[in-house]
Amino acid sequence: MSQELYTNVAIFVMSVLVGFEVISKIPATLHTPMMSGANAIHGAVVIGAILIALEAQSPLFYGLAFIAVFLGSVNVAGGYVVTDRMLTMFSKPKKPKNESDDGGDK
Amino acid sequence: MSILLTVVSLMYLVSAACYVIGLHMMRTPKTARNGNRVSGVGMIIAVIMTLLVAISQKEATMTGGIILVIGLVLGLGYGAVRARTVEMTDMPQLVSLFNAVGGGAAAAIGAFDYLSKSTGSTLSFAFSFPVALDLVIGGITFSGSLIATGKLAGKISGKPITFPGAKVANALVVLVILVSVVLTIGFAVNPSWLILIICASLLFGILMTIPIGGADMPVVVSLLNAFTGLAVSMAGFVIDNQALIIAGALVGAAGTILTLQMAAAMNRSVLNIIAGGFGTDDSKGASTEEVPVNVKETTADDVGVQLAYAANVMIVPGYGLAAAQAQHEVSELANLLTDHGINVNYAIHPVAGRMPGHMNVLLAEVNVPYDQMKQLEEANSMFENTDVSLVIGANDVTNPAARRQGTAITGMPILDVDKSKSIVVIKRSMSTGYAGIQNELFSEDNTHMLFADAKKGLQDIIASTKEYLDE
Repeated sequence: MSQELYTNVAIFVMSVLVGFEVISKIPATLHTPMMSGANAIHGAVVIGAILIALEAQSPLFYGLAFIAVFLGSVNVAGGYVVTDRMLTMFSKPKKPKNESDDGGDK
Repeated sequence: MSILLTVVSLMYLVSAACYVIGLHMMRTPKTARNGNRVSGVGMIIAVIMTLLVAISQKEATMTGGIILVIGLVLGLGYGAVRARTVEMTDMPQLVSLFNAVGGGAAAAIGAFDYLSKSTGSTLSFAFSFPVALDLVIGGITFSGSLIATGKLAGKISGKPITFPGAKVANALVVLVILVSVVLTIGFAVNPSWLILIICASLLFGILMTIPIGGADMPVVVSLLNAFTGLAVSMAGFVIDNQALIIAGALVGAAGTILTLQMAAAMNRSVLNIIAGGFGTDDSKGASTEEVPVNVKETTADDVGVQLAYAANVMIVPGYGLAAAQAQHEVSELANLLTDHGINVNYAIHPVAGRMPGHMNVLLAEVNVPYDQMKQLEEANSMFENTDVSLVIGANDVTNPAARRQGTAITGMPILDVDKSKSIVVIKRSMSTGYAGIQNELFSEDNTHMLFADAKKGLQDIIASTKEYLDE
């Protein structure tokens, strides 16, 4: 086993363990935003897509690179934006309580 | 290592730390939003660093650069627009779509690197193994998630789709995948192996997802999320990029945990869910022992009286509420009651809605305070002191039959709605839930049914409750 492969496998295993540790403490209420947030993180695939786009030298490879870059960037942009939108909703609930104390449901 | 590469590698580490810290901050609603932003900053750092590498690279072609820019602009634009405009009820299919594109991108990277090796050359195991896994997992995720997206969006029937010989077909496709993996790993580079592996994986993704029923979707979406993470991680191994390995592994772990939690909340194994809907479960069979259904119907007016004179009200939202988009009406009713000093809480089952925690997002959208959303255990300790439980579009998760042996849902953790003093169920008809059995809760002495669409029913209840509260 080469040194590089060993390093990569070690990084993989450690990251999985860190992932388990961090995620298992997230309350059920936040499962959707957390999943969507994780979804955005796998948008990191766009990094790989950018790197291969630069190696492309022929139509077949241009095609594959384009697919990878396009899909990867949909993933990363959409993932972060939608998670942020969702979480805005979780950070505002205090306001309406005060408002309703002032009277009325408007 | 050149100075640029050193800086880039170090910044990749920073971005990895950002993902972990960001996920960590998602533990409480207070810090969750900033957590996502920390993770986003990490991502921006990583992408900028990668673009720096890109610019410094001499051998890149002009066409490659143009394709990169066009792909980025189109992809970022499309993703951001979809994310900005999506309705909160349609969130599950969007998340599923992002799973699909992530898996697809990972598979494309794997295919690219495999094809860039000259035909006939032999590969090292360290390269061929992750390539094969990347293609298989990426392919399954891509087609499987697209089917899941279609099902969640209602474009493909949410009912389990099965056909004779499905199991044989599945087994055959799995066999083809295994053979093509062996060919890719053990033999010299040949584009045919690649085509075989991709086609078989795409086909398996479809076969795996079509027989899964709507109620199992939370499990499937989380499973596919874990798959996408793994595929991205494998793509990282293929191109020897640690940023991808770390990000993918984190997501793989996250998805796995959620999948197991969801499956546990339905008291079913992940394998059992993947193998098909409730009807195909041989051990318990479809022994639908007929429960005497002596159901008492009620009117919105009567429900209004009950709510107006209650002290503690528990709202039990389910899939029907999400489908009818009635979350605004629910919160209007709840606000009306709390304004008159009535205690209102929500009992949320882990698999309510169409993806993990979906119901919480819908309620948060309409400003339901976080502390009113009670999870399973906490809610169950409160039902005994609840005067009125209002069940809206929830079915199997409230069925007391789960406590008895020998039913299709035996052992499934349920909300103990039947322990409250009075129960009102808003439902369109007596049709069964996904488990295909009658809900014994509906024939309890203290249960009354209001047959209506969730939205319409709630509007009527709000109107009548107002009258009694104003008296």
